Amino acid sequence: MKYVIMFTTTPELEAAASPELVEQAYRRTYDWFGTHREVMTESGAQLQPVATATTVSSGGDEPVVADGPFSEAREVIGGFQVIDVPDLDAAIAIVKTWPLLELPGVAVEIRPIVVY
Amino acid sequence: MNGTDGAAAQSGRGDAAASDHLLASVIREESARIVAALTRWLGSLDLAEESVAEAIEEAVREWRTRGVPPNPGGWLTQAARHNALDRLRREKRYREKLALLADPAEAAPLTGTGTGEPDERLPLLFGCCHPAISPDAQLALTLRAICGLTTAQIARATLTPESTVAQRIVRAKRKIGATGIPLRIPEGSERAARLDIVLTVVSVMYNEAHLVAGGDAAADRDLADDAVWLARVVAHELPREAEAQGLLALLLFHRAREGARAVDGELVLLADQDRARWDRRLIAEAQAVLEKAAKLRRPGRWQLHAAIAACHSDTRDGGDTDWLQVLTLYDMLLAYDRSPVVRLNRAVALAEVDGPQAALDEVDALGRALTGYHLWHAVRARMLRLLGRRDEAMAEDLRALELTANEAERRLLEARVDR
Repeated sequence: MKYVIMFTTTPELEAAASPELVEQAYRRTYDWFGTHREVMTESGAQLQPVATATTVSSGGDEPVVADGPFSEAREVIGGFQVIDVPDLDAAIAIVKTWPLLELPGVAVEIRPIVVY
Repeated sequence: MNGTDGAAAQSGRGDAAASDHLLASVIREESARIVAALTRWLGSLDLAEESVAEAIEEAVREWRTRGVPPNPGGWLTQAARHNALDRLRREKRYREKLALLADPAEAAPLTGTGTGEPDERLPLLFGCCHPAISPDAQLALTLRAICGLTTAQIARATLTPESTVAQRIVRAKRKIGATGIPLRIPEGSERAARLDIVLTVVSVMYNEAHLVAGGDAAADRDLADDAVWLARVVAHELPREAEAQGLLALLLFHRAREGARAVDGELVLLADQDRARWDRRLIAEAQAVLEKAAKLRRPGRWQLHAAIAACHSDTRDGGDTDWLQVLTLYDMLLAYDRSPVVRLNRAVALAEVDGPQAALDEVDALGRALTGYHLWHAVRARMLRLLGRRDEAMAEDLRALELTANEAERRLLEARVDR
């Protein structure tokens, strides 16, 4: 099954963590992608910071373009990756080793992709 | 653990209550096996579970009037298979799956109860208790897919509106299918974490039974029986898991006291229970199971809860309880479970060892977490009364009375307030 894993972060909390911890965790994310290379598909990406987000939402007569991310939530999506693994447990097992989970305010959302 | 022998099944003919009781045990014994087997063949828990649920509803109607058939498991299996076929036909996926359902070689194992085979109910149970499913839905789905309760029965047993129960079950089944939640017993480090959820669901099931017991809801299924049965299945299938034995021991200790706990619909507190009414056979079994667990040398919260229950069961009357031992066990339990409710129960033991003032200090420290929980107010009232602060005690009892939703508990508190 194919799953999108969305890496979220809470920028303020991350800013509060020690720079050494942040640097060390980021360095290990590189190895993480290497370790799980065989289940990664081509379509993953890291995103530019949330300050660059533009949202187009439904409006009265025509869609409204606005500055900012989807919601007022403190958590923001920092990047995503598509993985292809047998089941949810396999996806959870990989995600649990995501090095940035050591940082405060980091979470990963797992969503299966609809296959037609 | 096989409730399907024909002689026992047929004796239920006639007396409606006895037949319903028998029917419940047959369904409990068979439904998870049939759901598991159908899921394997159809590749869909949703479809399998719907078909079995429908078969159960049919069985309830049929068996009440005609009696339980000689091979109830086979009857349910056939009915479920027909229902699945009907559903597939309606879904127009008939052609693809028909071959699988109609193949007699494939079908054969469905009618047996899997002697020697690894039990297929456990992977289903572990799937129903996946952490990706909400705790409420874990319980509802387990009751439905494993114990074979109907949506209406689950609603009555958990004091939840039927529409809510139905929605939870539908969502949970869809989530299992769409999300790729595997129906299997996890291995390695995952296993302990998932087993803990499974055991929690079973214990919640037992506690839910107490919400209704003595109340005015007419339970047509004894949820406590279902919970004990399920605890037995898990403990039997996972004999090396100490905590599975621990939970079974705990439920057996509690079950043994049932006859003294609720007398004529009235609740009797542990200290006041007539110990002659305790089921000594169940207590002996609970002790044996707990000893078996201890030999595995992997302590945990369920074994400690059971050990505390064992302390109470050792006494001839409430006066000779070894409270120091109970308190020590609660201290150990805190290492596994620091929940406010465990600390509240520990405070009751603390009162017996260090006096009511020490206990009241502890109870007050829990105020922030437990205000509005009727038992917190009831325990606080007891400590205040022991300290001679009668007016405050009365106020707390009245508050507890306002907060309890349970009819039997309300009567118990009313009696205390009137005294």
